[in-house]
Amino acid sequence: MELILSAGIGALAASGIYLLLRPRTYQVIIGLSLLSYAVNLFIFSMGRLRVNAPPVLEPGGVGDLLRYTDPVPQALVLTAIVIGFAMTALFLVVLLASRGFTGTDHVDGREPPRGD
Amino acid sequence: MTDWLHHLLILPILLPLAVAAVLIPIDERDRTLKGAIGFASTLVVFIVAMILMRLAAAGEGSLPGGGVYQLGNWPAPFGIVLVLDRLSALMLCLASGLALAAQVYSMARWHTAGHHFHSLFQLLVAGLNGAFLTGDLFNLFVFFEMMLAASYGLLLHGSGPLRVKAGLHYVAINLAASSLFLIGVSLIYGATGTLNMADLAAKLATLAPGTRQLVETGAAVLGVAFLVKAGMWPLSFWLPAAYAAATPPVAAVFAILTKVGIYVILRLHMLVFGTAAGASAGFGQDWLLTGGMLTIAFGTIGVLASQAMGRLAGYSVLVSSGTLLAAIGLGRPEMLAGALLYLVSSTLTIAAFFLLIELVERGRDAGADVLAVTMEAYGDFDEDEEEEEVGVAIPGTMAILGLCFCLCAILLSGLPPLSGFIAKFALLRGLFDVPEANQAIAISAADWTYVALLILSGLAAMIALNRVGIRTFWASIEGTIPRVVVIEITPVAVLLAACVFLSFQAGPAMRYMQATANDLLAPLAHSERVLSAPRAGGQ
Repeated sequence: MELILSAGIGALAASGIYLLLRPRTYQVIIGLSLLSYAVNLFIFSMGRLRVNAPPVLEPGGVGDLLRYTDPVPQALVLTAIVIGFAMTALFLVVLLASRGFTGTDHVDGREPPRGD
Repeated sequence: MTDWLHHLLILPILLPLAVAAVLIPIDERDRTLKGAIGFASTLVVFIVAMILMRLAAAGEGSLPGGGVYQLGNWPAPFGIVLVLDRLSALMLCLASGLALAAQVYSMARWHTAGHHFHSLFQLLVAGLNGAFLTGDLFNLFVFFEMMLAASYGLLLHGSGPLRVKAGLHYVAINLAASSLFLIGVSLIYGATGTLNMADLAAKLATLAPGTRQLVETGAAVLGVAFLVKAGMWPLSFWLPAAYAAATPPVAAVFAILTKVGIYVILRLHMLVFGTAAGASAGFGQDWLLTGGMLTIAFGTIGVLASQAMGRLAGYSVLVSSGTLLAAIGLGRPEMLAGALLYLVSSTLTIAAFFLLIELVERGRDAGADVLAVTMEAYGDFDEDEEEEEVGVAIPGTMAILGLCFCLCAILLSGLPPLSGFIAKFALLRGLFDVPEANQAIAISAADWTYVALLILSGLAAMIALNRVGIRTFWASIEGTIPRVVVIEITPVAVLLAACVFLSFQAGPAMRYMQATANDLLAPLAHSERVLSAPRAGGQ
């Protein structure tokens, strides 16, 4: 499970960074989204990977730490998802405004001169 | 009574947040009402910040609740806390004072350029204050995002292709930096199991070497996120363009945004990697030093090379950031007080400069020459129209603008007798003033490079501002005097007057800074205070 998760985070982050460095605004926004997925999974994994362990106390149960997983990273990841989602939406608006003003989806607002 | 005082700690966050929400349903046409409510809110925050600073100046003992405010009334490592000390009180004061000036300025005309200006402004103030007050790393992220989200809106205020392009770059870079922030924070949590800064500082020395390495990695990733904000050299190419594109009142408050990055670096560096950190003490210092010095060099070249005043001011922000980062990186405790004074003085100056630029350039905008020709051909039909403008036109406008520009130039280049000089002098004195106990520390090559860069950056600012000033005030071919309203020039004058006041009161100011520096140099006392704070309501 560790291997799959770390490979997944790595693949998401790598493709995210690659797309972030591309010149089209659409590629940048997809890159940022992929990067934020990678970061969210990373935060989640910082609470250690446990199977079948709830993050909240069961009613009437004793507070035995071995039976539960760390709830803090799960709370953090929830906040990060919400904020990341809002920021992506905001970026989308700026992207559309830029497209409307300049007529191109290049991040610099103008097409690069075509070299031959 | 003490209860009431204790709750003052959270007011700088709650009040702007509530006011921002209240302002949204008010019709956009009632801009004056919105502005007045916003102004009142910022004024209250400023007064509260002053009260808190007075209390903090008297020492931790006199602070309500020991300066610790437990949100949800959970004790420190478990719940989130707000922590007030001399440094955060100082930053609160600086931020709200600056916001007050920018807000008054915006009410002359800029707040009409788009929607919800005052709401966004209040959210920015709330985010800034939260970032200065919080004692928890993840809470810092939340306030940081709040501040950034408001700053995206404010940068785009007024719209137009130039702002949207600069905004696109600004948003993309800050989103990437936020990802780094999260990676750093979660790595630190994964290694130590705590997000409380004070708890982290207390735990670090006891960690196993492997775990400590993880914490250091996390801190380094976190540091990159703050350095993007502070504008350290290879991470700062977005800054001059974004700051030059922003509307003047927004650019003026943005002067403090870079200082938020520096504040957090200073705070974490002194608290977590301070004297009590064992093997990790002074982690990352060399990077800060090298990066800071390169930033000064880059900013200096930029200052000399810029044609437009907006870009000149943007590069001045970089010089100021670089000076502070390198001062932190040198790791001399004696320099801290000077660095703090420099932070206050340079922030006030740069904000005043951003506000002033637009007033000065108003007379000479791109269409000015064309307009002059039209007026010659058709007679000066503009006269009556101008008379109807709201507000009093100041006589001798150019003289007042020139005087303000002159003060800005003296402050930015660090010439005597104003606070810019005093701050730089205090920095250099701290560098050369090797205490008796540490005679072994020789003045190294890095120190000399820093001295040279500090003085050369002042010289470059002087040359660049001289050139721009002569071109603007003495050699304007077509003498179109800009129309300036009183409420536009007053904030500039007040910000500059604050710098002049700081020069006259440099003694008390330096004593406060020295006390702040002493606080920063005793990280364990800070941790102890935060972790042992009693819960409200006894027990």
